[in-house]
Amino acid sequence: MRNIWTIAKKEFSQYFLSPIAYSVMFLLLVIVGIIFTIIFLQLSEGSFTGQEPTPPDSRPIASSLGFLLMLLLPALTMRLVADEVRMGTMELLLTAPLRDYELIVGKWLGAFLFVLVPVGITLIFPLMFHMMTEGGIDQLLLISNYLGLVLAVSAFLGMGVGISALFSNQIAALLSTLALFIIMWWLIGIPANFMQGAGNEIFKYLSLSEQFSGNFVRGTISLSSIIYFLSLTALGLVIGSTAVEIRRWR
Amino acid sequence: MIRVNDLSKNYGVRLAVDSLNFEAKQGEILGFLGPNGAGKTTTMRILTGYMPPSSGNATIAGYDVVNESLEVRKRVGYLPETVPLYTDMTAHDYLKFMADLRHLPNADDAALETLDMVGLLDRANGYIGNLSKGMRQRVGLAQALIHKPEVLILDEPTIGLDPAQILEVRHLIREVGKEKTVLLSTHILSEAQQMCDRILIINKGKIVVEDTPQNLQSKLAGAQRVQLRVRGESDDLASKIAEIKGVQEVKVQTDGAIEFQFAPGKDLRPDVAKLTIELKYDLLELRPINLSLEEIFLELIREDAPVENKEGEK
Repeated sequence: MRNIWTIAKKEFSQYFLSPIAYSVMFLLLVIVGIIFTIIFLQLSEGSFTGQEPTPPDSRPIASSLGFLLMLLLPALTMRLVADEVRMGTMELLLTAPLRDYELIVGKWLGAFLFVLVPVGITLIFPLMFHMMTEGGIDQLLLISNYLGLVLAVSAFLGMGVGISALFSNQIAALLSTLALFIIMWWLIGIPANFMQGAGNEIFKYLSLSEQFSGNFVRGTISLSSIIYFLSLTALGLVIGSTAVEIRRWR
Repeated sequence: MIRVNDLSKNYGVRLAVDSLNFEAKQGEILGFLGPNGAGKTTTMRILTGYMPPSSGNATIAGYDVVNESLEVRKRVGYLPETVPLYTDMTAHDYLKFMADLRHLPNADDAALETLDMVGLLDRANGYIGNLSKGMRQRVGLAQALIHKPEVLILDEPTIGLDPAQILEVRHLIREVGKEKTVLLSTHILSEAQQMCDRILIINKGKIVVEDTPQNLQSKLAGAQRVQLRVRGESDDLASKIAEIKGVQEVKVQTDGAIEFQFAPGKDLRPDVAKLTIELKYDLLELRPINLSLEEIFLELIREDAPVENKEGEK
């Protein structure tokens, strides 16, 4: 546990020195800010035309944020293992008194804590909606949305670390991670459209967008969805630890 | 402290380390000498738990490097050939991270103490990326020393340093080596001679020779070769020297220096010097030529292979 924390602390602080991490954070906040502004303008427009405006909530913020995280997080995970290999520091970590899984879990945890920072900052936007509207926004929906986001970040980063451990090259890691995310987000759910019964259920269950946008964004928190995201995280971490182990043997 | 039994490692078809056997005791500095690709780094990587061997085993402080890898890694300080540094960290932060990984109770103090030991205390808060190569090497060494390991494994610790830094690092390693077991690799013979208590010469994954530096030199030299330099023409002198009993293989180099050798046992240098003075030459220089590593290697490989060669000649 102590080793995991040591690695996590190092990764976390290294992100604050990385231009890529800052760009990712900047893009996230700017795009979510733009979406917030658009919703805000629509609301004020409604008040001029006399129409009853629909009360705002956190859904558009959360769903756009989830989509952006899917596209941007591979840029954060690509360096996790590949960079250590490039700099030769992998030899340092693999000869330190540290188990392979502690290294991988530590890296995941460091990235996770780092991503929680921009995700936490975006809470400002629903909070502003909350203050603007009479009676405030739906708080349970907000909790469901952000729980979904945190679980999705955990799964994205878990898979990202796993893939990054398979590659010694950052760009290869980036593209493969992005490809996997796109498959998991859109493509895996497609067969569900042509199936009925169990097949339909299975493919829907496997689809990231179905789990995230279909459940958490709408305000449905189910144990099976939580298990889905946690399993993806665990799977990624197991793949990562195994890849490090394999690295030693070749 | 270090015990290696029949250790082998193959990368696919290439055998990098071929049933190696050796031992290193506490307080001993063991030099690993060999050309590039001889298997030095591979052996070190196996000993530090970076990779498992293909066959055979090794123990450090009684712990098996494969089955009790974590125990071994706790007791070993390792400086790999490419110094593993995070260039975006300060030297102090880097060492603090390493101290944390080593579970040292007071990481901050340990980092500063070790920086002081390698003489980099004034650069503690400088980014590693801005340090010179020599300084980086010393940060790498600090990383290997921070937890006061029982065994220190250093892969070419002086490579790429300037002469002053080389002396510093050698001094540091000798200091450390008084109590700890040190295994270091180099391809500079003089370095191994100065620093090590015992030298292992390895080639193509096998130990060719294992001995103390003194024995090694005399054993390999066989005959002592000497260079003599006088003012002016030296061709006549060379023929006179060749007449001295016991002197062999007299050669005049293009720059006028005379090289000759004599069999071990009787030192013929005084005789040659006397003759030179008697013949009224101005003696400028008379010095023994030590065999360079390349020559020693050639020598060893020649010694290694004669069976086939001689049979081939017949």
